[in-house]
Amino acid sequence: MTVFERTSAQLQESLKSGELTIAELTKEAFDRIEKLDGDVQAFLALNKEQATAKAAELDKVPFEERGPLFGMPIGVKDNIVTEGLETTCASKILEGFMPIYDATIVKKLRDAGMVTVGKLNMDEFAMGSSNENSAYKTTKNPWNLSHVPGGSSGASAAAVAAGEVPFSLGSDTGGSIRQPAAYCGVVGMKPTYGRVSRFGLVAFASSLDQIGPITRNVTDNALLLEAISGVDEMDSTSADVPVPNYAAALDGNIKGLKIAVPKEFLGEGVGEAAKQSVLDALEVLKGLGATVEEVSLPHSKYALAAYYILSSSEASSNLSRFDGIRYGYRSENAKNLLELYKQSRAEGFGDEVKRRIMLGTYSLSAGTYDAYYKKAQQARTLIKADYDKVFENYDVIIGPTAPTPAFAIGANIDDPMTMYANDILTIPINLAGVPAISIPCGFENDLPLGLQIIGKHFDEETLYRVAYAYEQNTDFNTKTPALWEVK
Amino acid sequence: MAKISKEEVKHVAHLARLAITEEEAEKFAEQLGKITDFAEQLNELDTTNVEPTSHVLPLVNVLREDVAKEGLPLEKVMLNVKEQEEGQIKVPSIME
Repeated sequence: MTVFERTSAQLQESLKSGELTIAELTKEAFDRIEKLDGDVQAFLALNKEQATAKAAELDKVPFEERGPLFGMPIGVKDNIVTEGLETTCASKILEGFMPIYDATIVKKLRDAGMVTVGKLNMDEFAMGSSNENSAYKTTKNPWNLSHVPGGSSGASAAAVAAGEVPFSLGSDTGGSIRQPAAYCGVVGMKPTYGRVSRFGLVAFASSLDQIGPITRNVTDNALLLEAISGVDEMDSTSADVPVPNYAAALDGNIKGLKIAVPKEFLGEGVGEAAKQSVLDALEVLKGLGATVEEVSLPHSKYALAAYYILSSSEASSNLSRFDGIRYGYRSENAKNLLELYKQSRAEGFGDEVKRRIMLGTYSLSAGTYDAYYKKAQQARTLIKADYDKVFENYDVIIGPTAPTPAFAIGANIDDPMTMYANDILTIPINLAGVPAISIPCGFENDLPLGLQIIGKHFDEETLYRVAYAYEQNTDFNTKTPALWEVK
Repeated sequence: MAKISKEEVKHVAHLARLAITEEEAEKFAEQLGKITDFAEQLNELDTTNVEPTSHVLPLVNVLREDVAKEGLPLEKVMLNVKEQEEGQIKVPSIME
């Protein structure tokens, strides 16, 4: 039993009634991490001393000055910089790196009165979909410790699924919030590109990256997104679009909602159980007054190739900042400056990161630019147009988040193409820049499956409305893995 | 499209400022070859007159008044620097 079974609204009641204090809530997070994280391996760094002091301070704040997330413990993906708390992106090249400022969203968490308990493991520089690409440890899926939690925000999803923290932040470049949320049976939102400031998010692919919340239920997810959203003078790509009160949209009413189901999303390669869970979910939504029609997103099959070229090209540029000079790992084997760059990067980056830097540099180099990079950007235009066209006539697009439940650790790692194929349902969404949420919708072999709901630019409100209506009429989000009941 | 040669891989590694061994050059040549083969499928698309998309949202220049603001203090800037002397960052010799 843990109080993290409760929603934040219930926890606020417990704080008000005096049944709990913020100090106790914070202690519960660290106690559970101590008991469970030996198995789950989600955290890279803990913020125990500061969090404990902060909690005691927050307990003194009068209730009328507190918002809905006040005092709630949260874990933060390790590619989001936190001043004074080691941030590594799960890479050796940033071992020991101490950020000298907070990401904008970390400031926003503080403004909301949330307590950052630690930093969460990931695939190195968010490149991967299993957490096996971390330079430090492989996070396990709380539902079955021999399976991956997904990635790259695998530990962000695993920590919430294990009840170590009720909230976490992840980042999503090609599915990195939604796929782990599906694999771990939790709620994960990738907001519209530009919805959340990226200032202080260590960049992987700047035109695709977006930070988003992971929680155990839809309401808490909506509250956290509202807290971190909004334009930021430090991020010129953050959008100056008003932030709605997302939680106010959660009334369970989806009468007249028009749902599109792309035939490409239920086609070849998608497992029977995943397919069936989506069809069952559509029945639930129809029963609530929604209409469902089949559509086509004809350029979906090109998304993966376009994504790998564009994201690797952007990454090769972004990761050039790691030069061994101003911060990060510095080789001791270099005789001159050029060698210092080359050796520091060769010794500091892992294999997958090097492969993508190489692919990106190749795609951008003279003689290949038009054939790869420009062609991929044109493919992106066509993919985005597919989505624009569907959204002319429909409110949301629904499909599975992933074609299968979590795979076994080590199952696919030798074949990069197999790992890439795992992303096929999530990647086009980043290329189109639209928002999408994954919510629990079933199980296969006791491993969770995820339902993906995709929306129009800046229409997270509708996604939450649909997700909430579904959640109220099913019980998948109340299930917990066996290790939840730790003594 | 032609396969990627080991020499090409070495050239790209130099552009990317990555030291690689002979073994790695061979491995990357094979892996990058596979990935670019896969990317060849984009050639099926007719992209005549299709504008490339670099950003999904219409981006506008963000401007502000040109007024001086406090920068970061030196000790913060130097916090993660491995080699330094009197507030300067040290690097190995640039010229032989």
